Amino acid sequence: MTVIQIRLPKKRISRSWKGDVMLFALLALVGYFMALPLVFVISNAFKPINEILKFPPDFLVRNPTMTNFSDLYHLLAGSWVPVTRYLYNTFFIAIVGTAGHVIIASMAAYPLAKRHFPGKATLFTIVVLSLMFSATVTQITNYMTMSWLGFLDTHWAVIIPAIGSSLGIYLMKQYMEQIPDALLEAAEIDGCGEFRIFWTIVMPVVKPAWLTLIIFSFQGLWGAGGAAGAMYIYSEQMKTIDYALGQILQGGIIRTGPSMAATLLMLTVPIFIFILSQSSIIQTMSTSGMKD
Amino acid sequence: MKRKKVIYAMIAPYFLIFFTFTVLPVCLSLLVSFTNFNMLEFPKWVGWRNYAQLFVRDDVFLIALKNTLIFAAITGPVSYIACFVLAWIINEFPPKIRAIATLVFYAPALSGSAYIVWTLLFSSDSYGYINAFLIKWHLNSEPILWLQTPKYIMPIIIIVQLWLSLGTSFLAFIAGLQSMDKTLLEAGAIDGIRNRWQELWFITLPSMRPMLMFGAVIQITASFAVAEVATALAGFPSVKYAGHTIVTHLMDYGSIRFEMGYASAIATVLFAMMLGSNLIVRKLLAKVGE
Repeated sequence: MTVIQIRLPKKRISRSWKGDVMLFALLALVGYFMALPLVFVISNAFKPINEILKFPPDFLVRNPTMTNFSDLYHLLAGSWVPVTRYLYNTFFIAIVGTAGHVIIASMAAYPLAKRHFPGKATLFTIVVLSLMFSATVTQITNYMTMSWLGFLDTHWAVIIPAIGSSLGIYLMKQYMEQIPDALLEAAEIDGCGEFRIFWTIVMPVVKPAWLTLIIFSFQGLWGAGGAAGAMYIYSEQMKTIDYALGQILQGGIIRTGPSMAATLLMLTVPIFIFILSQSSIIQTMSTSGMKD
Repeated sequence: MKRKKVIYAMIAPYFLIFFTFTVLPVCLSLLVSFTNFNMLEFPKWVGWRNYAQLFVRDDVFLIALKNTLIFAAITGPVSYIACFVLAWIINEFPPKIRAIATLVFYAPALSGSAYIVWTLLFSSDSYGYINAFLIKWHLNSEPILWLQTPKYIMPIIIIVQLWLSLGTSFLAFIAGLQSMDKTLLEAGAIDGIRNRWQELWFITLPSMRPMLMFGAVIQITASFAVAEVATALAGFPSVKYAGHTIVTHLMDYGSIRFEMGYASAIATVLFAMMLGSNLIVRKLLAKVGE
C-alpha cells in the first residue's frame, strides 16, 4: 500500500497514523459498497448479448463491445422526433432552471441571512416547513395554476417551480449566516448598495455553497423529464431525453444492454458537471474570505 | 427606507414563485383534507372524518405507517451520521483522494434512476445476480424471490435507500467543512485540543451547526417520503403491502382514486410526523459541542 500523505498545517494538531489507517479502511469499505452497482452499470453497458444472457452471470465484462451503444443509436435514430430535439429540451430545462434557481434563490437568501426586515422570521419558517410537505398532493393544485398561467405543455411548467423550490434558499441562507458582519460593514462604509454587496462580496465568499446548489439543481432538472415532465408536458416535441429513453427501453431482458448503455450516457452529463464544480469547490477553500 | 425597498426587491422574485407553487398549494391541501373532494364536484366539508377513517378503518394505512416509521428510524439516523462521518473523513485526506472519494460516494445520488440496477441484482430468477452468486457458492440451492417475499422487501428497500442517500446533506457537509474558518482550528490547537476527536466535537461540529440543521431537515424529509424506490423495486402495490409507505398510500388515493380530501389528510399526517421529528432533532443538535 502506498503511504498516505497528510497535510500538516503549521499550527494544527498532529494526527496519529493509526487513526489515518483506520479512517482510510472505513472509507474504502463504504466506498466499495457504493461503487459496486455503478461498476455493474458500466460493465453491463459493454457486455455483448451472450454475456448478458450467460448463466451464471459474470459481474464484470469479459469481451467488451460497443454493440449496445450502436444498438441504442439505431433505436433512437428510428424515433419519430429527432434525438437532438429531446436533447435540446433536456438541456434547456436543466440550464435555464439551474441558473434561475441559483441566482434568484441566492438573491432572496442574502437578506434572509444578513439583514433585518419585518416578516423575515416568518418567511424562513415557512420555507423550512415547506421542505416537509409531500409534493404528490400539491401536484393537482399546481396543475390548475399552470393551466391558468398558460404554462401547460411548455418547459416553463418544469422550470418555474424549480426556481422557487425551497432547497436552494435554505442552503444558501445557512451558508450566508456564517459570513462575518465586519466584511459587509466594510463594504457598506465604502458605499456599496445592497445588490452590489450581494453580487461582489457575498456570492464570491459562498462559492462552495452555490456550486453545490448547481449540482443539486442541475441533477434534479436533468432527470425531471420523468415525473414532473410527464405531468405537464404532453407533446412529443417538448419531451426530454429521459422520457425518450424510457419509452424505447421498455423491451425486457433483450434490451438490457442498450438500457445499460443509455443509463451510462445519462449519467455522464451530471457527473461531468459534478467534477467541474467539485474542483472549483476545492479551489475555493484556500481562498475563502470567511475570517473574522 | 430606500434600503428596505432594495431588500424587498431582492426577495420578491423568489417568494412570488415560492408562494404560488409551494405555499398556496400546501395551504389548499390542508383545507381540502377536511373535505370530500373527487375533483369533479365541489368539495363537501366533512370535518375530521378523513382523519378518523385513516386511523380507525384504514388497515392498509396502518401498515404503511408502521413501514414508514421502521424505515425512517433506520435510514434517517444511519444515513445522516454516515453523511457527516464520511464528509469529515474525506476532509482529513489530501485533495486528490478527497475528490475521488467524494465522487464515489456522491455518484449514486447523482445517478438519477440508475438505482434500477438493484432490480437486476435482486431479480427473482436465477439470472438475478445475488441469486446466481448464492447458488454458485452453494449457499443456496434455489433462487430466492427477493422482491416478492414480504420479509425481504423492507430490508432491500432500506439497503437501496441507504445507497442512494449520501446526497444533498453529504455535499452540503463537504462544502461546509471546506468553507470552515481555519483560524478556529489553529486557535483550538493552541488552546489545548489534543487530538482530532476533540477537535471534531469542540470545534468542527459547533461551527457546522447551520449545515447540520440543513442536513437534518433534508434527511428527515427524505427518509419519511420514501416511495419511488419502494415502488420501483417492490412494485405497486407490493406483496402483502410489505413495501407500502405513507407516500405510496398517498399516491394511491391522490393519483389513482382521485379522493383528494383523503389524500390531503394522508399528506397532513405525514407532514405532522416530519415536523415532530424535526423538533426533536433540533433539540438534540443544540447540545452538540457542549
